[in-house]
This record gives sequence, C-alpha cells and structure tokens, in this order.
Amino acid sequence: MAKSFKGRSVVPGRCTAEALVSHGGFNTLASFQMAMMFGDKKVKCGDQNNPDLYKKPMAGKALCLPQTIGSTTGGMVLYTACATGNQPACLLFSMTIDSLAASGAILAANWTDADMPVVDQLGDEFLDYVKDGMQISVSEDGTVTVD
Amino acid sequence: MAMQLTGEQQAILDGAQGEVMAKVMRSLVMYGETFGAEKMVPVTSKYGHTVISFGIGVMKPVYDLYDQLIAAGALPRQKFSADPLPLDKNVPSNLLQDIIFKGIMYSQQKRYEEQLRKFGLMSEDAYTCACYLDEVGNTPEKGEVLSWAESSAVVYANSVLGARCNRNSGMIELMGSIAGCVPYFGLLTDDGRKADWIVEVRTEKRPEAQLLGSAVGMKVMEQVPYIRGLDKWLGTELNDENRAYLKDFGAATASNGAVGLYHIENLTPEAKEQGESLIREGAKVYVIDDAELERVKAGYPCVWKDPSAKPKLCFIGCPHLTKGQLKDWTDRIEAALKKNGLEKVTVPTVMTAPPAIAREYARSWDGARLEKTGVILSYICPLMYMNNPMSGKMPVITCSNTLRTYTTAKYYTEDEILGMITGGVR
Repeated sequence: MAKSFKGRSVVPGRCTAEALVSHGGFNTLASFQMAMMFGDKKVKCGDQNNPDLYKKPMAGKALCLPQTIGSTTGGMVLYTACATGNQPACLLFSMTIDSLAASGAILAANWTDADMPVVDQLGDEFLDYVKDGMQISVSEDGTVTVD
Repeated sequence: MAMQLTGEQQAILDGAQGEVMAKVMRSLVMYGETFGAEKMVPVTSKYGHTVISFGIGVMKPVYDLYDQLIAAGALPRQKFSADPLPLDKNVPSNLLQDIIFKGIMYSQQKRYEEQLRKFGLMSEDAYTCACYLDEVGNTPEKGEVLSWAESSAVVYANSVLGARCNRNSGMIELMGSIAGCVPYFGLLTDDGRKADWIVEVRTEKRPEAQLLGSAVGMKVMEQVPYIRGLDKWLGTELNDENRAYLKDFGAATASNGAVGLYHIENLTPEAKEQGESLIREGAKVYVIDDAELERVKAGYPCVWKDPSAKPKLCFIGCPHLTKGQLKDWTDRIEAALKKNGLEKVTVPTVMTAPPAIAREYARSWDGARLEKTGVILSYICPLMYMNNPMSGKMPVITCSNTLRTYTTAKYYTEDEILGMITGGVR
C-alpha cells in the first residue's frame, strides 16, 4: 500500500526511483570521494562510518536521509556529482535541509542542467517508514509517495 | 518568504551586472530563502577563506564554473586564505603515488592555483585550514560577518573568536565574497547562536580534545552545545594552549558531526558574557565521562585490510598545528626517544602546520631538535595526501579525528601515537 508524506520542496521537480536510506547523518565528502576518484559509475558509498550505506550504489537512487554532515566541501562535492551526471535521483530529508546540502543542490540547480529534486521536512515518520528498495515518487509540490 | 533586497542587490539579481553576476546573486538568494532569511547583510571581515585548495581532476566542473566567474569579472571584493595545498615533495611518497598524485589526481592544480591568484589569494603563505592563527593574519574580530567555508575554521571563528559565519559550503562562500553580502540566518543571528544542548563533562582527567569533539559532534550533529565542566581542565583564560585545544576540539565536532558553534562555560567569549542565558529552554543534556569517551573510541571502524599491520606513516596536525603545539610535540618526542634509547622516530612521521609557521619553526633551535628526531615538517593537507588510492591502502595512523573520518587513517590518542612513533609501543 502506498503511503504519502508532505515535505517542503527545496528544488522542485519530479522523479521516480528506488529508495536508499541513511538513518544517520550523510557525510557527503566521505560518501562520494572514493567513487569520484575511481570514476565509479554506480557511485558506491565510501563512508566507513555509515553502516546503512557503506559500499551501496547511490547513483540514480532516491536518497533518504536526516541531514548531511562533515566537511564544508560537501556542497561542492554534490555540485560536481550533478555536473558529471553522478547524482542521486533526488534527495529526501526528514529534517530541515542543512546549509551544505542546500548549497550543493542550489548550485546544481543554477549552474548545471542536472535534474535532482530536493524535498526536506518530511518528518521522522518518513525515515522510520521507508526502507531500501521501496519505490519512491516525488511530486513538484514536495509530496513523496512510498510504495 | 521572499527576501527583501536592497536596490543594488535587486539590480544585480535582475542582470544589471550581467548574467553571471545575476546567477551568483540568485544562488545566494535561494540559499537564504531556504533558511527563511529575510535580508542580506554585508560581509564585514577583512578577509575571506575558501575551503577549496586542490585542483583535483574529478572536480573539473568547479574550475570550469570559476573560469566563467573570472571571464565575467565576477571577482571577490576581499582577499582570502585557502585550505592547505595537497602536494609537498618533502612528504614521503613512492613513484606510483607520485604518478597518481601529479599525473592523475591533481591534474587541475596549476590551473586552480592560477584561478586563486586571479580571485585574490592573500599570499602564497595563505594555504592553511588554520587561517585564524596570528602568523597567518586572517583573524576576524568579534561580531564580524564572514563568508567562509572550511568546517574547522568556521567553528573556530564562531566559537573562539565570536565572529559570525554559517557553515557555508565551498563555492557558495566565494559567491558571498563576490557579492559582498550573505543571507542573514542561522549562526549570523542572536537566536541561532543559542544552545540546544547542555554537555556535562565529568571526566577524571583532561579529555583528549579530538575525542571529546568527536563525541559531542556525533551527539549534537548540527546543533549548538553549551559545554559545562571543561573549564575544570582548561581554566577560564583563552591562552595559546587553550586556543590550540579548542581548535582541535572544534575540528572534531565539525567533521564527526556538523557543529558550527559551541560555547564553553567560563571560557569562550559569548559564554563568558552571557552565561546560561545562551541555553534554550528545554535543551537536551549529554553527559560525557571517561567511559563514554572509551565507548566512542571503541566504535571507530578500522578499515585496514590487515588491522594488525605495522604503521607505515603517521600524520600529526589536522587541523594544522600551532607553533606551541610544534614545540610541545618536539619536547615529548625527544624525551620519549631518549627514554627508549633511540634517536629517530620508528614510524615515518609528518607534522603539518601553516607554511609561515612551518618555515620559521624549521629555522629555529627547536626546529633543529625536531629534525634530529626524523620527523618531517610540512604545510601539506594530510586529507589530500590520503585521498590518493595508493595512500588509502597504506596503514596510516593519526591523532586527528578529522583525518580518521574522511580517510582510512586509524585514530589513536596523542599518548598512544607518541608511544607508537618513539618505539615505546609496538
């Protein structure tokens, strides 16, 4: 049965993708840097401190997370992932988006052709409910439907 | 809510200074509106600081965008410092590492350093994450508004200096310096500087700065902690030793979590002035004792292929060391080697500091003592060194919780590191 969650659309857009869930803070630099270094097209997560995501492919997934953490290169890393077509299908935050992820998403929206909808404020219930592999649909108004 | 812009800001947004400047302003406006900012405020610090110091091949889109800015004449209104350089020939590396470093990874380095000069780098000595140290000269005043990135520098500027800066990302920080204004939200506001957490430090000895910072960062994430009980170990004066401690503590809170500001009771400027009125009603409480620090440390994963491998390299100085820390490490290493009947360190060891500090120290009597122990002094960024896949396979040890977080380097406390590099512990 499908369940819908209403969030705030930070970068509007629509997409359908498979969920990939991080319950802890998503460290953008630690997660992306090895994959980018090796040209890994699946963009496997390199963050050894994230047991939910470590070594799992992130490209094209609906990345569900509370917030991002870590280095202030985070936004630049996210921008680069978008500019090179290695971005997740969308970013879905249970909390209010943090300043680093917001920077990356906004830079990507303004300076690249990448399409990566970003929704935040989906609530703890969203992150409790969604599991890896579930089908996610994102609407322009920030409604996220989990199948 | 739409942001209220000044006439000049609105004109830039509308394209009066060209499409590139309009996109710069649009990026800043969207950034502010995401966080409910109602206005822009002027950047009032003398200098900026950018987190990007590396011309890494995979980041080519960033340098392409910077070329667009330069071509359009969209340059920062202030000079700035930058994070440490990724290469130093004095740091041990083998032929294969060199080929990967220079030929593949940092293929954009020359291009990017040239871009930084055009943007307005303070000087060739301005490459350090600890730009706020006196010897570097980028030390903001209390209350100044910054457009900085580099998580360890931002948390230091906010907490120890009382300046005001959000945890900006690389690229957006440069755009703030270009526009001369930043959106007013978060840590720029009085309300955003209130503490959401009370951290009670109840250890039986002075806690290791980078371990305590890690514990705090992992617990409070991006929120502001008010820390009680640390003044028992540090006292109430912001002297050189305490500033160095808080530099390392803050770096760990920012990398293991996302802390942009902390208050230390009776020590940091706002905590001294405002005391417990900084604490929000209903703030959560986190108690840290020695057992909690042990628990946090035991939770760090070891991603070495052979967890019992003999370390091949040790990094000390992420973030960069102060002059006082260099002297302290020199004394400790020399004494430990003497005690163990040795003259040179038993693990190749690199200590990193801002270029000007490293150069002056190397020329000093204490620098000669350090050199005699075999320790290499460098201005390099250890994190950039470890990004090399060949380096990533090496068993590297460190007392930096930042380096541990982003690389395969294994964390040990300072005392453990001292024992390991001086032959006291195998």
